[in-house]
Amino acid sequence: MGSFPFSAIVGQNEMKQALLIAAVDARIGGVMIFGDRGTGKSTAARALAATLPLISVVEGCRFNSAPEAIADSPDYVPGAKIRTVKAKVPFVDLPLGSTEDRVLGTLDLERALAHGEKQFEPGLLAKAHRGFLYIDEINLLEDHVVDLLLDVAASGENLVERDGLSIRHPARFVLVGSGNPEEGELRPQLLDRFGLSVEVRTPEDIADRVEIMKRCDANEQDGAGFAAVWADEDGKVLKRIAKAKAALPKVETPESILEDMATLCKAVGADGLRGELTLMRGSRALAALDGKKVVTRKHLKEIAPLALRHRLRRNVLDETGSTTRIERALEELFG
Amino acid sequence: MSEAAALDAVISDAELALHLFVRNPTLFGGIVLRGDGPVRDEMVAFAKDAISQFGPVAKIPSNVDAERLLGGLDLTATLASGQGVMRTGLLDSAAGGVVIVPMAERVQSNVAAHIAQAMDGVDVAAILLDDSQEPDEAPPAVLTERMALQCDTSVLRSFSQHAGAAKPIALANVQPLDDEQLYAIAATSAALGIGSVRALIFANSVARAHAALNGREQAIDDDIAAAVRLVLSPRATQIPQMEPPPSEPEDDQPQDNEPEDNNEDRQIEDIDLEDIMLDAAAAAIPKHILDQIDGAAKRGGKGQGGKSGQKQKSAQRGRPLGSRPGVPGNGKRLSLIDSLRTAAPWQNIRRQLARADDTRIIHIRKSDLRVRHYEQRTESLTIFAVDASGSSALSRLAEAKGAVEMMLAQAYVKRSQVALIAFRQSAAEILLPPTRSLTRARRALAALPGGGGTPLAAGLMAAQQLAEAAQRAGQTPTIAILTDGKGNVAMDGTANRAAAMEDAHQAARNFAALGLNCIVIDISPRPREEAAELAAALNGRYLPLPQAQSAAMVSAIESLNA
Repeated sequence: MGSFPFSAIVGQNEMKQALLIAAVDARIGGVMIFGDRGTGKSTAARALAATLPLISVVEGCRFNSAPEAIADSPDYVPGAKIRTVKAKVPFVDLPLGSTEDRVLGTLDLERALAHGEKQFEPGLLAKAHRGFLYIDEINLLEDHVVDLLLDVAASGENLVERDGLSIRHPARFVLVGSGNPEEGELRPQLLDRFGLSVEVRTPEDIADRVEIMKRCDANEQDGAGFAAVWADEDGKVLKRIAKAKAALPKVETPESILEDMATLCKAVGADGLRGELTLMRGSRALAALDGKKVVTRKHLKEIAPLALRHRLRRNVLDETGSTTRIERALEELFG
Repeated sequence: MSEAAALDAVISDAELALHLFVRNPTLFGGIVLRGDGPVRDEMVAFAKDAISQFGPVAKIPSNVDAERLLGGLDLTATLASGQGVMRTGLLDSAAGGVVIVPMAERVQSNVAAHIAQAMDGVDVAAILLDDSQEPDEAPPAVLTERMALQCDTSVLRSFSQHAGAAKPIALANVQPLDDEQLYAIAATSAALGIGSVRALIFANSVARAHAALNGREQAIDDDIAAAVRLVLSPRATQIPQMEPPPSEPEDDQPQDNEPEDNNEDRQIEDIDLEDIMLDAAAAAIPKHILDQIDGAAKRGGKGQGGKSGQKQKSAQRGRPLGSRPGVPGNGKRLSLIDSLRTAAPWQNIRRQLARADDTRIIHIRKSDLRVRHYEQRTESLTIFAVDASGSSALSRLAEAKGAVEMMLAQAYVKRSQVALIAFRQSAAEILLPPTRSLTRARRALAALPGGGGTPLAAGLMAAQQLAEAAQRAGQTPTIAILTDGKGNVAMDGTANRAAAMEDAHQAARNFAALGLNCIVIDISPRPREEAAELAAALNGRYLPLPQAQSAAMVSAIESLNA
């Protein structure tokens, strides 16, 4: 399955919005996508990765190092000349049942056996550095692998101390998880680590469904032609991201909005500081994407469901969905 | 003309699906062949033959491990030769072709995930041989989702190969579907409750491929109907609401000319094609899917629920899953092969570093040791068997529901599962199959009915079956029976108090033989000896709880496992 132009994805605006925010500010801490199979979750993430501009990497570096950060790469030999090449933004699909070895990296068995050399073979985390790490059905992933991933995602660094190896390499990526809550709940600790969460639904509108079939068919028949049709739109998306990235440091967050954020978190009972932090970063990124210099309540209202819905305490007796609870609170507090 | 003109009339849908599939496997992603039997063997042999003319065919053994699937270092060859010998994984070697997965309903979730990834990535198609018998068995949804075609071969008495040599189908020879046709597919899938967008895309491809097979350059209604039957019907999660057929029922040939009694004839046309498709779809929904939908409706959930439950079960076998570094002891067992495997690559290095008088053949250090690791620690499953008869007031049911939800709220932290059986009137029913999902549980519980007689024996039997299934899956079941112990419906469904009690005690003694943790919670307002006797027969604990508070129930059940 080739990649699909990001802007050709029909509907699913919330998901696209969340991915754009993560692309603008990677510190937002990943996106969790809830929803049924076949609703375009991985297609969207894959498409965004493919749309983003090529990155500069050091040729031959197995850790996707940027030229300016080559000193952090375990492959770097001081004094050696480096050549820079352009590469696509990596998109790594982490399969269920992946072992620690494959995720973290391990001793390169072939070299060890054939040459008696002790060398590290990078895992999927190194591959995903500076790109996207997509985990389908994250709720079915083994706990200990999830723990490892979250640890690395939070620290931006993979530290391997096993098999007699001692290696550390940078691993910064946008973590995109997907799962269907009907097939098992996620631990709250895990959910809290995700910056944003979105709920995707299958398109109910018949016209949307028809449009999806048309576009997928066109893409399948003539991928290059289809991509060309959407190149302009994708170019606009790119420009928007680039502009927002540049503008982000200058976006102001007024004191009153910060207070609003704290009030909101308290009102809905979102535990922990992460909620407030994500609200702040998210609405800033959103303002930057809108081309605004100051964060307003509009941004806060827009980001609140994405930033908070997965952090609410579950109340067994209250069947109201998290999204509704947040919307209700927004309504009550800010009208 | 076409090689397959008039083929449709002769062959069944299952055969048609296979003939389409072998002509362009990777376009369709895969095919599920359900039902074991000689005809299916014939079909598999045919498919192998046809596909191997242009692409690789690999069989995935049921005991395959990730290493064999994905490739990697061939340890045996490497040790023998002293050089690194790499082996191509099964999935890579099947790129552009097909993998055959026997006993697909038992495929482990991690194997399924790797296959799914290959289907997305390197263009591998899959043939799933589905031997499901039980209604809750099914191949992993992560695979079937990515496959266009599903068919039941058990209805076939023979397989017709006469469609001739499998020439690949090029969709480009067929015009894209027109708006009306696309609309019909979209509306039909919506009416069948199909959420996945992949199904739409597959239906589109199948319609065009079917046209190509019949030598047409423009798809006609027959092609759409074939796509609907082959792709959409097997994925139905609800039975479409049929409106009573309009005046004339004999609509054998599709109407081209619209009656002029309405000027929005375009609108009418849409509805007509859609209706025809819906009829076709409804008629073609396989029986096992119908049963599933039926069962799901009774449980008050969506059709997909059943499948996901199944999936979870297979994810939770107490099955060895590779090994992890660690020192044996404390219940952890040494994995000898993996320890040697870890040590192997170091042998050259360690020999160089070793003292001259060290003549050991193998240098093993503590850091090499690997212990076996199971996919999931033994999980617990709490089965609630709730007396939902008239003699147990509705309020008690509400408390039982509360207890289930409270246990679940804790369960998703502890990774244990909960199931709920209700018995009333003449039978017991599994309202909530074992699950960890609060979302599902809540939906199933919302529709918990009450009233009628007390088929105590049937309830016990159902609980026992569920408990046995859980044990086979490596779980540790605990059973909580909420009843007043006064059965009045016998196993044969008759209302006969004496026979009912005899049956119940027989069932209880059978149950006791399993030696499981079990508690009888007496929920009658004035506890009497029936429930206590039942507990004794079950060899379980007895707890009179006239108020039946959720919290008290939860703590009583938890104390059983303490």
